[in-house]
Amino acid sequence: MNKQPFIRIRKKDDRPFWQKLVIKFAFIVLALLIAALFINSVTKLNPIKVYVSMFKGAFSTKRRIWITVRDTCLLLSIAVGLTPAFRMKFWNTGAEGQILVGGLCSAALMIYLGNKIPSALLLVLMFIGSAIAGALWGLRPAYFKAKYNTNETLFTLMMNYVGIQLIEFFVDIWDKKQSHSVGIINGDTNAGWFPALFGQQYLLNVLLVAVITIAITIYLTYSKHGYEVTVTGESESTARYSGVNVPKVIIRTMLLSGALCGLAGFTEVAGISHTISVKTSGGRGFTAIIVAWLAKLNPLVMIIYSFLIVFLNKGAVQIASDFNLNEYASNIITGILLFCILASEFMTNYEIVFRHKEEQ
Amino acid sequence: MTSELLLAWISAAITFGTVIMFGSIGETLNEKCGGLNLGTPGVMMLGGIASLAGAFFYENSVSNPNPVLCVIISLLCCIIVSALAGLLYGFLTITLRANQNVTGLTLTIFGTGVANFFGGSLVKLSGGVGQINVAATSKAFKAMLPVLSDKLGVISKIFFSYGWLTYVVLIMAFAMQYFFSRTRTGLNLRAIGENPATADAAGINVTVYKYAASCIGSAIAGIGGLFYVMDYVKGTWANDSGIEALGWLAVALVIFTSWKPKNATWGAYLFGFCYWVYLYVPSGISAFLMKIFKVSKSTYMQNLYKMIPYLVTIVVLIMVSSHKKRENQAPASLGVSYFREDR
Repeated sequence: MNKQPFIRIRKKDDRPFWQKLVIKFAFIVLALLIAALFINSVTKLNPIKVYVSMFKGAFSTKRRIWITVRDTCLLLSIAVGLTPAFRMKFWNTGAEGQILVGGLCSAALMIYLGNKIPSALLLVLMFIGSAIAGALWGLRPAYFKAKYNTNETLFTLMMNYVGIQLIEFFVDIWDKKQSHSVGIINGDTNAGWFPALFGQQYLLNVLLVAVITIAITIYLTYSKHGYEVTVTGESESTARYSGVNVPKVIIRTMLLSGALCGLAGFTEVAGISHTISVKTSGGRGFTAIIVAWLAKLNPLVMIIYSFLIVFLNKGAVQIASDFNLNEYASNIITGILLFCILASEFMTNYEIVFRHKEEQ
Repeated sequence: MTSELLLAWISAAITFGTVIMFGSIGETLNEKCGGLNLGTPGVMMLGGIASLAGAFFYENSVSNPNPVLCVIISLLCCIIVSALAGLLYGFLTITLRANQNVTGLTLTIFGTGVANFFGGSLVKLSGGVGQINVAATSKAFKAMLPVLSDKLGVISKIFFSYGWLTYVVLIMAFAMQYFFSRTRTGLNLRAIGENPATADAAGINVTVYKYAASCIGSAIAGIGGLFYVMDYVKGTWANDSGIEALGWLAVALVIFTSWKPKNATWGAYLFGFCYWVYLYVPSGISAFLMKIFKVSKSTYMQNLYKMIPYLVTIVVLIMVSSHKKRENQAPASLGVSYFREDR
């Protein structure tokens, strides 16, 4: 009668660190195996060859390594930008839109002020402008969340599409050749482009992101603001009871989060693509949400996940061109990896108990 | 505006509305049981590509495809694949208790990837050339209701000139409403969405309900993808297609309807009108706005008109949340995984 169920699940959150690491690693390997199986079944290619090709795509030349690092930093900066909002359990799914308007503001300044003021001053203005644009894009959802507790997930999501249309509008206005593309901005003078530091084109991107990451880590861990954010995220009632002005914290934190995402748009436009289009954000706003959450909002762990995802992306693009596949293969591989990492979360926090073990 | 234009607008809005109504009814079922599936756009993509692939292989294997078989095969493929996607979502969020937002977004990335991957290379993989096209199946899905669609003059044109799935979804919406408010199973399901621990204590099998809601909900949403592929774009496939954007609108529609499927029956068409309004803005208003924005071409303004459905959604979101009527709120446990041993 009182038989134990055959399998049951028990919470186990006191696993030692090395065990968690082993589990994570095992699941990542599992993901690579599943992805290999998928590639093999669709294309009949040798999976080992495919992975060699992926590795080449990300690391074979010095330039490719720099590009991999550059893209890792970009993804990282968005994930870090989302962190303050997520600490507060404010589900900012609007990073895409915030990146886009940040990039849009940068591009506008490049177009209208380029070659009229010194490039250094222009870069500073672009930095400030894109941060403000991103912050304003995050302000409305935050204001209504604070006032009416409006669902922020959907609000920010809808703002993405408003942002996309805004970009389309300006692309048409700035487009001189009726090709629905702005083209490279200031290609002749490089006004408003990130300068190369020590001969490295992308060093400034890396430095900028490094500074932001460190600053945000310190802000969230050691400042009073950071503490207020965490308390609000844990329980709004507790926060209110301990004298935190919750609406103010929500709005302030979301302004910060939006500004950081706007800055990612600035980095993309000024430091990488030197143009603006709806592809400027390229889905990174969504990928960064996953990165931030999987890393448990720890910026250092985010570096690892950002790198892993960028590596897979580069690799998948390389396979696509090497073996004449379509580029969406990279989404599939990323999806498989993320599903496996999500599953590994379970294994690190719970354990499965079988009946016979119980009877002994 | 001429009546011809108005008719075109209505017809575009209704076709559009049907796609997102499927998506939103499926998502409502899932959300009422506590599962916030942000993977709906991905599920719709998967449903669309599955139906297309099924139809494609069937049409290529026989010389004279039978319309009934076309419909059954593609519908079956679509439902099975979307339900599997729902099962995956369910397994991760219900059994493995992964975060619902992250799982959903991953499912969207994965679903878009799979769909575009196969959509782009289905023809090549099967050794053919050219664009994928399943004319026979598309025609079977576009079949209209007999009598009603040609005997009633203008009424036929406005109300009955669409593929039969348009009417199926309406019936489904009302059936779903009945299910939620008038059946014991529906009541149990809603109880889980509000408070799974209480439902569990009352002897309701939470896990089974949640899995069923996720799988069936996804299957219904997937049919939205099928309708998009077969009816909206007439049996072809375009990468970067609009299914994903429509999927997000379907998720928004759930909120717009305040989790009541009966409201989706008009909400979806309203979204359709908003979505297509950019083609039908009267030239007077358009000229006026062009002057304000200092724009030289009316097509440039269309980019701004295309914001309207999203802005409308935002306004509704704000209005719903500011009223705070209890029956309009989200299920209380929405987005939270349930673990019996948690307290």
